[in-house]
Amino acid sequence: MTSLAVGAPAPVGFSEKIWRINWGLALVLTAIAAIGVVALYSAAGGRFEPWAARHAIRFGAAFALMLAVALIHPKVWLTLAWPIYVAAMLLLVAVDVAGKTGMGAQRWLVIGPMQIQPSEITKVAVILVLARYYHGLRKEESARFLYALPPLAVILAPVALVMVQPDLGTAMMVLLGGAALLFVAGVRLWMFLAAAVAAVGCLPIAWSFMHEYQRKRVLTFLDPDRDPLGAGYHITQSKIAIGSGGLFGKGFLKGTQSSLNFLPEKQTDFIFTTFVEEWGMVGACVLLALFALVLVWGFSIALRSQHHFGRLVALGVTVMMFLYVFINTAMVMGLLPVVGVPLPLVSNGGTAMLSVMFACGLLIGVNVYRDAQLPRTR
Amino acid sequence: MIQRFRKGDGERSGLFTRRTLLLGGAQAVLLSALAGRLYQLQVLETQRFATLAEENRINLRLLPPSRGLIFDRTGQPLAINRNNFRAMATSDRGRGAEVLVDRLDQILNIGEVERNRLLRELRRSRNAQQSVVRENLGWEEVARLEFNAPDLPGVFIDLGQTRDYPEGELMSHIIGYTGRVSDEDLAGRDDPVLQLATMRFGKKGAERSLEDDLRGRAGAVQVEVNSVGRVVRELDRTEGQPGSNALLTIDLDLQRFAAERIKEHQSGSIVVLDVITGDVLTMVSTPGFDPNTFARGITQGEWRELMESPERPLNNKAINGVYPPGSTYKMVTALAALESKAIDPWTVLPCTGYLTLGDIRFHCWLKSGHGGLSVVQAIAQSCDCFFYEAARRAGVDRIHEVATKLGFGRQSELGLPGESAGLQPSRAWKQEKYSKPWQQGDTFNLGIGQGYMNCTPLQLAIMTARIANGGYEVQPNLLLAKATPREELSPPPPREKSTAPSLRINPQNMALVREGMIQVVAAGTASNLRVDASGKLLDPALRFAGKTGTAQVKRITERERDMGITQYQLPWHLRHHALFVCWGPVENARYACAVIVEHGMAGGATAGPIGRDVLVETMKRDPSRRVDRFKKMASR
Repeated sequence: MTSLAVGAPAPVGFSEKIWRINWGLALVLTAIAAIGVVALYSAAGGRFEPWAARHAIRFGAAFALMLAVALIHPKVWLTLAWPIYVAAMLLLVAVDVAGKTGMGAQRWLVIGPMQIQPSEITKVAVILVLARYYHGLRKEESARFLYALPPLAVILAPVALVMVQPDLGTAMMVLLGGAALLFVAGVRLWMFLAAAVAAVGCLPIAWSFMHEYQRKRVLTFLDPDRDPLGAGYHITQSKIAIGSGGLFGKGFLKGTQSSLNFLPEKQTDFIFTTFVEEWGMVGACVLLALFALVLVWGFSIALRSQHHFGRLVALGVTVMMFLYVFINTAMVMGLLPVVGVPLPLVSNGGTAMLSVMFACGLLIGVNVYRDAQLPRTR
Repeated sequence: MIQRFRKGDGERSGLFTRRTLLLGGAQAVLLSALAGRLYQLQVLETQRFATLAEENRINLRLLPPSRGLIFDRTGQPLAINRNNFRAMATSDRGRGAEVLVDRLDQILNIGEVERNRLLRELRRSRNAQQSVVRENLGWEEVARLEFNAPDLPGVFIDLGQTRDYPEGELMSHIIGYTGRVSDEDLAGRDDPVLQLATMRFGKKGAERSLEDDLRGRAGAVQVEVNSVGRVVRELDRTEGQPGSNALLTIDLDLQRFAAERIKEHQSGSIVVLDVITGDVLTMVSTPGFDPNTFARGITQGEWRELMESPERPLNNKAINGVYPPGSTYKMVTALAALESKAIDPWTVLPCTGYLTLGDIRFHCWLKSGHGGLSVVQAIAQSCDCFFYEAARRAGVDRIHEVATKLGFGRQSELGLPGESAGLQPSRAWKQEKYSKPWQQGDTFNLGIGQGYMNCTPLQLAIMTARIANGGYEVQPNLLLAKATPREELSPPPPREKSTAPSLRINPQNMALVREGMIQVVAAGTASNLRVDASGKLLDPALRFAGKTGTAQVKRITERERDMGITQYQLPWHLRHHALFVCWGPVENARYACAVIVEHGMAGGATAGPIGRDVLVETMKRDPSRRVDRFKKMASR
């Protein structure tokens, strides 16, 4: 214990904490949000209303939240992980029971003036709980089958709840994100293979549970030309917009596909298309590079953390960011079926912005408290 | 313990690092895949997508030209354009069409037939093509549509033009009407504007014959459209040209007078021609119809009623009603006999009340017979026996030749659709039609305008005009002038000399026939017309010449004749037609008029007074020489 005390650095002071905040990462996030403002300004036909101005204000608030979260000691999150998870589950149930329906799915919960999307909170909650769980396990235990069952339950419970809404995007993200965490936590590879086989076996069952519009989306994804004017319309128009943008784009506010409403959901899920039509491949690469920078930062924070909880939280957040970006962009480029996943910090939407910035706060917090001593509680 | 703890954590962290790097690698690969996809879409296939985006965005729309207006010769409007608020609908490839049409039905009560048409059109529509929901909306309907606009995506109100015929029934046969463009209308015309749903095409009358003048040229506008086909802005515009405005030869006031005059009879027609220019000053066919019902969209019930009426209101009887000319044909026989020198002006032929050919008797209308008559007297008294014999002497071939010169048996150059050629029988015709040779009896019947012979009222007017003008081949003409800007529309200066070619008929023979016609009114079968309706002798400047005619519909058999059955006891549709042709003034002839009263029984008594009144009115107004009246109307 003494050596532990000797090896432990002195508690960091407030100015040191501020210094340890990854200001570069914060800058990159701000740049991404700025691109979001530009794209939303354009999506509204060259107006700050109704999206761009609110997006900027929201980002300001979310930025403050991120800094505040970053300065909270990880042990607090260790303690709060389960309560947050339980609260998120309760909210999900509440949504299923009394949620507001939008675009054919119950996703929003109206509390006073706020509309919140519990599925966004769920993603963070799952990361925290899984990180806490594996933080308390030894390596050998992590590898064992029985110990993999509780995290599986932790992952599948919200997946089941969001599938009911139905929200295929969140389900996919929680499932893949959870799997990634289990993977880095040390779960044996054969278990993943078995799960994959089981999943394939379950596909017909999942198919039977899917809503008609979801099936249609999957089918049109597999063959968009099947009905280019019907259900494949969104994918087709989005590809036309991106492709017609070319190398350098059509220029700011000159995107025809978005300004003439050929693009569906241009301010939310298809914001990438709106942006890329006007800024071309160059703009797309800049945006993707900024996201890649965030990922690199995330990985490096994860690798530098001295405690397992921190590693797992950092990695979980990084994987979540990746999944957001990859699923969204691959979807609008016609590489994945259209499932409702926003592009973080760019798409219009409050809850997603807050939960992403909250997650980034956790990530930065891991860096600020990278050498904190955390007890192995179970 | 500490070691283990550390070692444990170290191992844990080692595994974590390895797997994290693996994960990072996988992410890098996936992100590269995204970049590759971007390269594929934005560099390799960008041309294709750029084209698709342009096709999405730019829409070429035709601007329908405004249709030329039609005026009478004095400048009074006959066909004009009125603003037409119409509900249009576009549908995104028929999606939601059913719900949309249901709502429209609730708001506008469009009915089953229209419902189905609209549904069909919407389902078929491509590229945000528009369909017409309903034309000529009232203010209330417009307001209701606007109020419900949020529930009616793709429905909008369009301001177009619709045709309005201020004179309604009076000018119905001459002006005709317009309707939706049909496939036959498109034949031989590749004007793209005809593809527009809102475009109208002349179906009858002058609207049809002047269609290519009235239509004008379409403009085009390149517009940027959004995803539901709504115009966002204009990119390029080429103005079209409005259709030519037309000045017709009709004198509206005279037309009204003539229509008023014949109104008391169920069915008939009047044609008034200028014998020098061929201008059709009046052309009445009664009863008519209201062309405005066609302009606003005729209902099935209205259509059936028009179609089934025995008086055939849709037919322009002046040009497609065919009747045996009866005694009005006797001038033709006289001219044929004179031209063939079979008779001369002094030849006197006997009339005993009938003529026998083999064992068939050919009766004169006067049972007691006329005694002996010269050609002028025979025309004046309308002696049948004289013309049986004259026809026999001239022969069918000479009669056919002269009749053809005077306009029988062929269409005129009037240009109105539906004109009948009538029938001028000949040897060849009979041989072909009945495979029988021409008989002497046929010649007898032809000589008095009966038998196979038939013609239109317009042909009678043409014959009269050609006799009156001394033998010039005038053609009836309906269009006085046309011009694209309305300001340039004006009638040509009056003409006193005919520019038509000569008919090559001996002027002395013509003069003889005219003298006969003068005698008809002066002392012959129509001497009742020497005085006007109030019994006053006509002003010498308004004296006119004419010829009565009664055309058999049903032959009265010998038995009926013996039983004393007269025309008056026959049902209406079997009674004789009453005919009258006339021209005037006697000095310096200018106007010719033909009147037919269907089943009016006696030419002199029924058709004659109408012909007199219309011709006298024409001579009083003298429309061919009064350009000032146009100026007065135009300056209004």
